[in-house]
Amino acid sequence: MVDIAERPTRLAAAAAPPAPVDAPAPASRLLGLGGRALHRTAALLALAAVWETAPRAGLVDRVFLPPLSEVLGAWGQLLRSGQLADHVGASLTRSLTGLGLAVLTAIPLGLLIGWYRPLAELLSPLLEVFRNTAALALLPVFVLILGLGETSKIALVLYACSWPILLNTVAGVKGVDPLLVRSARSMGLDHLRLFQKVILPGAVPTIFTGVRLAGAYSILVLVAAEMVGAKAGLGYLINYAQYNFAIPDMYAGIITISAIGLVVNQLLVAVERRFSTWRVDVTA
Amino acid sequence: MTTDKIYFDRVTKTFPAGAARRATGGAVTAVDRLTLGVRAGEFLVVVGPSGCGKSTLLDLLGGLSKPTAGQILVDGRPVTGPGLDRGIVFQQYALLPWRTAAGNVAFGLEAKGVPRADRAELVARHLDLVGLRGFAERYPHELSGGMKQRVAIARSLAYDPDILLMDEPFAALDAQTRDSLQDELVRIWERTGKTIVFITHGIDEAVHLGQRVAVMTSRPGRVKQVIEIDLGDRSAVADVRSSDAFRHHRHQIWSLLRDEVRAAQAAERPSTTRTEEAPAGRGTSAPVRAEEARVG
Repeated sequence: MVDIAERPTRLAAAAAPPAPVDAPAPASRLLGLGGRALHRTAALLALAAVWETAPRAGLVDRVFLPPLSEVLGAWGQLLRSGQLADHVGASLTRSLTGLGLAVLTAIPLGLLIGWYRPLAELLSPLLEVFRNTAALALLPVFVLILGLGETSKIALVLYACSWPILLNTVAGVKGVDPLLVRSARSMGLDHLRLFQKVILPGAVPTIFTGVRLAGAYSILVLVAAEMVGAKAGLGYLINYAQYNFAIPDMYAGIITISAIGLVVNQLLVAVERRFSTWRVDVTA
Repeated sequence: MTTDKIYFDRVTKTFPAGAARRATGGAVTAVDRLTLGVRAGEFLVVVGPSGCGKSTLLDLLGGLSKPTAGQILVDGRPVTGPGLDRGIVFQQYALLPWRTAAGNVAFGLEAKGVPRADRAELVARHLDLVGLRGFAERYPHELSGGMKQRVAIARSLAYDPDILLMDEPFAALDAQTRDSLQDELVRIWERTGKTIVFITHGIDEAVHLGQRVAVMTSRPGRVKQVIEIDLGDRSAVADVRSSDAFRHHRHQIWSLLRDEVRAAQAAERPSTTRTEEAPAGRGTSAPVRAEEARVG
């Protein structure tokens, strides 16, 4: 129905423009790249600017909120004295141990629950109760039973990290396309191989989403745990600095925690991508 | 009778009533005392109105479910479960999205226990057979619907089953892709000599592909009639679909299906038809027209 005579000219018109556009491209692209970077960091830069100027201008009490430069100075000092490394080391050891243990226990348990319906029916009421109990509400219980040492802190992280991993693993196993299972069964795969070759790879992306969430939790609850009866760790640093009125140190601790949270999340996102390219591409 | 490659011996399949159907009472009979033989190396098409138990038939033959009564014989032995002597091609491809085209074709070979060293050659040969030589390393989401179905066909052929079961494999594809895949399937069938049981709701597809076409009744499914398709020498005619023989068979099946489609539609809205009692009176040809349109 389209006028055939018209088509060639349209094609030609479509092919022609790129040439003149190409010439100024490098410069504008560089400008665009810089513009985009600026756009992305604008809010952060604004926050830094406000943090720096507001105390100096007397808008807030500079004792309670020292300018950013002072906080960064305190951070530098903590770094040089090696204190920061000690605290970060203590915190990361705890959170990574807890996260690691959660991965090791919650994934197999989740696979079992997702795969065996009777087990799911048996355990789901219990899981619902625990899932809806805030981890930090249980901190006193952990301290009572496991003492003030490392065990209770790691146990708390383990507890908090287990839920997102467990629930995502269950969802991942249940969410595997039943058609894939039928297809694999039609090829005579036994249960074990069906699980290994279809269920597990199919559930991996969802499981990793759970691990990424757990990574964020591991740091969130740890800091709170470290505020109770710890001798090292970022939570301890923040709490201790506040007691001693070393306010810039306190903020330095807070900034460090944010930074670690960001880095852990980015790392886990990268790992997640690596393991689920086939799904990321579909949704992207 | 026992010389048939596949023999459905008075097969009945009933499903326990689901929650929704419990109100109407009783179990649902999908297939009722169905008897059908398939010869070795034959291309048999099963055609019937939607919901007539076509797919149930294929599940039973594939060993994915067990008949309530009767039995299915393959080479004279009853089917007791899934097996690599029967390969299933599903409408929705059922490719593993985390595996490449080659990985998917290799999947069936792994299931069969073919040594790793021999897999690569078989995979390459079968991707070649379905015309996907250059696409071995593509993931399913990088392939078109037609290409995905080619991969699925290659996967089923690679582990070398005697029987290929196809459950409306081209129904989700556009008309042109479907036409070319139909032609290719006939070519592959001629080359490999597999016994193919092909399920469809399309009359044109049935006539085009089948050596014989089994027309099913609406639920509960039985075989209404088996029609021998004779289109003469396919390769001699440029456009098989417009030949007189094709039109003749097409009309034959259409007539057989007309009443069944009507019955199936009446069954799908029991509340209205039951009170009016005479659904045949109105819209006599409309349901069948719809069927035709879908066939395209």
